[in-house]
Amino acid sequence: MNFIEARKLVHEYIHRDDEGNVESVQRALDGVDVDIRPGEFVAVLGHNGSGKSTFAKHLNVLLSPTEGTLWVDGKDVSDEGNLWDIRKNAGMVFQNPDNQIIASVVEEDVGFGPENIGVPTDEIWKRVDQSLRSVGMLEYREHSPNRLSGGQKQRVAIAGVMAMEPKCIILDEATAMLDPNGRREVLSAVQELNEKKGVTIIWITHYMEEVIKADRVYVMDEGKVVMEGTPREIFSQVERLKELRLDVPQITLLAHELRQEGLDIPEGILTRQELVNALCR
Amino acid sequence: MILDKINYTYSRDTAYERHALKDVSLKLEDGQFIGIIGHTGSGKSTLIQHLNGLMRADSGTIFFNGENIYDKEYDIRTLRAKVGLVFQYPEHQLFEATVFQDVCFGPKNQKLPKEEVEARAADALRAAGLPENLWQQSPFELSGGQKRRAAIAGVLAMRPQMLILDEPTAGLDPRGRDEIFEQVAGMHRDLHMTVVLVSHSMEDVANYVERLIVMNRGQVMLDGTPRHVFSYYKELEAVGLAAPQVTYLMHELRKAGLSVDVNATTKDEAKASILKALARP
Repeated sequence: MNFIEARKLVHEYIHRDDEGNVESVQRALDGVDVDIRPGEFVAVLGHNGSGKSTFAKHLNVLLSPTEGTLWVDGKDVSDEGNLWDIRKNAGMVFQNPDNQIIASVVEEDVGFGPENIGVPTDEIWKRVDQSLRSVGMLEYREHSPNRLSGGQKQRVAIAGVMAMEPKCIILDEATAMLDPNGRREVLSAVQELNEKKGVTIIWITHYMEEVIKADRVYVMDEGKVVMEGTPREIFSQVERLKELRLDVPQITLLAHELRQEGLDIPEGILTRQELVNALCR
Repeated sequence: MILDKINYTYSRDTAYERHALKDVSLKLEDGQFIGIIGHTGSGKSTLIQHLNGLMRADSGTIFFNGENIYDKEYDIRTLRAKVGLVFQYPEHQLFEATVFQDVCFGPKNQKLPKEEVEARAADALRAAGLPENLWQQSPFELSGGQKRRAAIAGVLAMRPQMLILDEPTAGLDPRGRDEIFEQVAGMHRDLHMTVVLVSHSMEDVANYVERLIVMNRGQVMLDGTPRHVFSYYKELEAVGLAAPQVTYLMHELRKAGLSVDVNATTKDEAKASILKALARP
């Protein structure tokens, strides 16, 4: 069974004037079909305004579909009775590290979610320990969040989501405001959760390099899924991605251009090692 | 602009005291395109806020066009008008009803005549690459990249001699990133401005700037051409930075026996060097 199953998902933002009359309707999602298996690491690419975030917000029912259906963990998001179950199992991490932390001590912040849903105290501390350890932030448990770096704050935010023991984490440009170090920290923490704990990951990003290790990639444009495949399949289509305002990793682009110069190199080179091997055979 | 032994300490005489700039001395030549890199907390944001007088050094002197900006007689507004600073996510600071009015705000505040204000706003919007049909729209109706351009135009309308941009492409999609960088490079060329660009993307600074300053722990760690600076890639890694991907590739190719230029820092340099190395048996 798929963990996430979207069928012909449509979402319209309706803009109204001061009197409540409809001024304009913007179709942000336009017939999206997506299937994500439990334990997959799926990346979502798309230019600004392509519908990625609108889609992500449906996955934990921050937004509801205008048309179509969406099942998360086998539950229909349109059924209000499923709301809390779905939110518990599909945690969200957003872009700005400063908007997601509420407590004045790291461990209290991480314990906030489970405490809110009435998890017994012993169990809360156990979860706080485990979550902070899993993102490599255990030694900061008694620190004040506002003295952490951006990457550390994002990892605390992820630990807060982990403490709810979700089956899936959706990260909506969680690395956009971080420096290269912070980006690496967050991505490797998430990769580890995926590999070791089997947490399903939906990774939304504008950084092509972060997508290389994903199991699968969806590319969105104008509210539709326009490409789907492994990173290699997706990044083999350099020209198509450029049309979609996207890009490929620098190494992939270099390999592509060398190939155009007549060198015998396969399409879809993803890593430096692959390119070295192709050039020095 | 000349910085002579600038020191700045945050929260002086408290438990949180942090020496953010230590004896920083720099000469920023007129008309240069300068990149500043450094991880979070390295002092780069503190540094750029000194350049337009938003922050005042504890000790040391800054000379701008031969004048000491800390001189009692010096009018700091002269400096602010001549050194434009575009913050991160500058679109959060758009507030007027139309894009055009927003861009007029700065020069209007300088009490310039209305015709002059409007002429400057129009020039600035053109230089920032914002199409004329958007000028009378609300800034909030623009796309992410367009908003960013409008915000940059707001600073350009002050006709700065020096333009400082702090992560101008954060959060933009790859095409949006390229467009903003191209625009900035064009403005540097056509308007003969000194441009200081703070960026986390080594690939992007390698492509655009002629001089690169590396900040670490409040000090200037390296200063030179991108080729020179990135040849210290091991030292950069030790402080949480890195060289562009292609630089690593070139080192790996050299190790594998291909006589390529290990100091290549851009995709095009790498491509030329690889083709040359392969042509020679």
